[in-house]
Amino acid sequence: MGQKLTIEPVTRVEGHGKVTIHLDDENQVVQTRLHIVEFRGFERFIQGRPYWEAPVLVQRLCGICPVSHHLAAAKALDVIVGVGPDNISPTAEKMRRLMHYGQFFQSHSLHFFHLVSPDLLFGIDADPAKRNVIEVAREFKDLAVQGVMMRKFGQEIIEATAGKKIHGTGAIPGGINKSLSIEEKMKFLIGKDPLNVDQMITWAQGALDLFKDYHKKNKNLIDNFAKFPSSHLSLVRKDGALDIYHGVIRAVDTEGNKILHDIDYQDYLDYIAEEVKSWSYMKFPYLRSLGNKEGWYTVGPLARLNTCDFIPTPLAQKEFEIFRAYTNGKPNNMSMHMHWARLIETLHAAEMIKELLDDPDILEGELVRKGNKTIEGVGLIEAPRGTLFHHYRINKDDQIEMANLIVSTTNNNTPMNRAVELVAKSYMNGQEKITEGMLNAVETAIRAYDPCLSCATHALGKMPLEITLYNSNDEVIDIKRSE
Amino acid sequence: MSKVLNFTIDGVICMAEKGQTILNAATANKIYIPTLCNLPGLKPRGSCRVCNVKVNGKFLTACTTPVAEGMEIENNSEDIIDIRKSIIELLLVEGNHYCPYCEKSGNCDLQAIAYKYNIPAPRFPYQFPDRDIEATNGKLLKDHNRCILCKRCIRGIKDEDGKSIFAFKRRGHKVIINIDTRLSANMTDEMAQEAMDICPVGAIIKKEIGFKVPIGERKYDKEPIGSDIEEIKATTI
Ligand code: SF4
Repeated sequence: MGQKLTIEPVTRVEGHGKVTIHLDDENQVVQTRLHIVEFRGFERFIQGRPYWEAPVLVQRLCGICPVSHHLAAAKALDVIVGVGPDNISPTAEKMRRLMHYGQFFQSHSLHFFHLVSPDLLFGIDADPAKRNVIEVAREFKDLAVQGVMMRKFGQEIIEATAGKKIHGTGAIPGGINKSLSIEEKMKFLIGKDPLNVDQMITWAQGALDLFKDYHKKNKNLIDNFAKFPSSHLSLVRKDGALDIYHGVIRAVDTEGNKILHDIDYQDYLDYIAEEVKSWSYMKFPYLRSLGNKEGWYTVGPLARLNTCDFIPTPLAQKEFEIFRAYTNGKPNNMSMHMHWARLIETLHAAEMIKELLDDPDILEGELVRKGNKTIEGVGLIEAPRGTLFHHYRINKDDQIEMANLIVSTTNNNTPMNRAVELVAKSYMNGQEKITEGMLNAVETAIRAYDPCLSCATHALGKMPLEITLYNSNDEVIDIKRSE
Repeated sequence: MSKVLNFTIDGVICMAEKGQTILNAATANKIYIPTLCNLPGLKPRGSCRVCNVKVNGKFLTACTTPVAEGMEIENNSEDIIDIRKSIIELLLVEGNHYCPYCEKSGNCDLQAIAYKYNIPAPRFPYQFPDRDIEATNGKLLKDHNRCILCKRCIRGIKDEDGKSIFAFKRRGHKVIINIDTRLSANMTDEMAQEAMDICPVGAIIKKEIGFKVPIGERKYDKEPIGSDIEEIKATTI
């Protein structure tokens, strides 16, 4: 009879997840599962609410990247109010983009400095008492200050575009409710050191250098930890450029062959299905053409850099070329390279912010457009953690009748399960005790995806995990928890 | 010239014209008394009772009580503030008031008074009533979850013949305010906006254009409610 091992991350906001690992009589891992309690409730309780409330209501899903939900919902409603995402006014689109790049910048910076930098600076095997953001602040004060300032800069961009740092109201169906003031623009462009965009670009480059340096010294770990073949999916601009706000859906297989050919996301249901499994609250999306066994895919920073052809800002493009050359132009399937991709995107976001601030449309112009109302619309956006789908249908009285949300973490459900399985197999096979090393490794694998379940743990840079080990009779034989 | 009456509010000497209500006289003397159901230009009803003051030791609604010569009025004593707070708290628990996604947030009198009186959470248990949204009207949406039954809409929004477009339906604790389908059929956009503005909470919402006023530019974003009236700052405990 086999044994079952349970790892339970307890989080505050998004419910909790756990990992169960089944062992056979020889203590070999036979099955691994990551369970995450997801936010399905929102799809139900938004029913009956007026459609224009959706961008403000659904962003409450998340306290780290609410802007993504805000904008994905607004984009779906652009379709419903008959304007469509291709037709909103230049001012509206650029303000929304500025908001979104601001959020990317702050979310990616937070992830890197709070969650990843302790691993890079002290080593993945360092004592957890040492390997945290408080110790980073103590020993690498300048770097910690940079992290705080980068996040602050991004949040201030959000505030200037959405009205508030968290849970604002900027995007409305068919447009935006404000343009940028000249004072705001100048503050971000040439504001007092350190909070101006040029400084942000420099610091983003510095963070990239830090990663690349660590990579050089720890090739084996960074290249081989939780590495597995995967397909990748993301939005790309119609010309193939990296675009996190708008575009078409592209997916590539592990060799780089296109398996979704730049499709219009209004038709996503023709190409993507979701499988329900009895053991998880979170669905498992897959490409219909490949079926539920082979059709799973990865989303997020790594996927975006694997699907796009180029990055439309010069500094990030240069880094992208180095990144792509590392795998000879083939998709990169190394889980830890997610951090590399994330930092290239951070640099791109800063460059885009600069470009948008320099654009005159951001200061004035038409804010909202109207068209012929339709009853259904889909909004897609690349959230920091990956592709986010919002789909709404309304009734004749303007009330939401149906909502379907596929959040980034749901898209990454299968790959995260794979990553955890790989780690579990390499650490657990033949053992019947949970080691500290395994706990850390599972945490590191999950963290690479920056899933929503880690939101609550950002502050201290830790992911609380509880592991329960079951024997073949489903009896608990060991419990281990990371503090 | 109408007769001038002398009276005091919290010891401050004030003057009023004969027939003026305590509320209007206080406003004229730059003293803020909170109200929800009252609206200048509409006949006062005294229904929300948030404007309770103590007159010669008795609780009375300031919006309906005329000033009398020599009245000594308490507006900011501890017991009055506690009564006002408890009324606001009762209103908050009685309906479903979710400010985070309410379009009226920042323009809502109930929210603004709750902020002014520093109410972080109500002392009473939430009732979470099961209420609907009336959405069939082409211009307006009536969200019964947020209605505080102040009747401002009934009194203030009328058609050309002077008939109220809003009306009570049902009785007792099941009472709701409905939009008259027939009378509202020809409602103009301006009237719909007026109805939304007259409602002190987010129970009447003009359809389609939501959240158009950015955060920072809403009525109570810059100054707390009553700041336009108040010269003598009320203590809010
Ligand atoms: S709808 Fe608004 S104005 Fe009318 S009674 Fe309810 S709260 Fe008062």
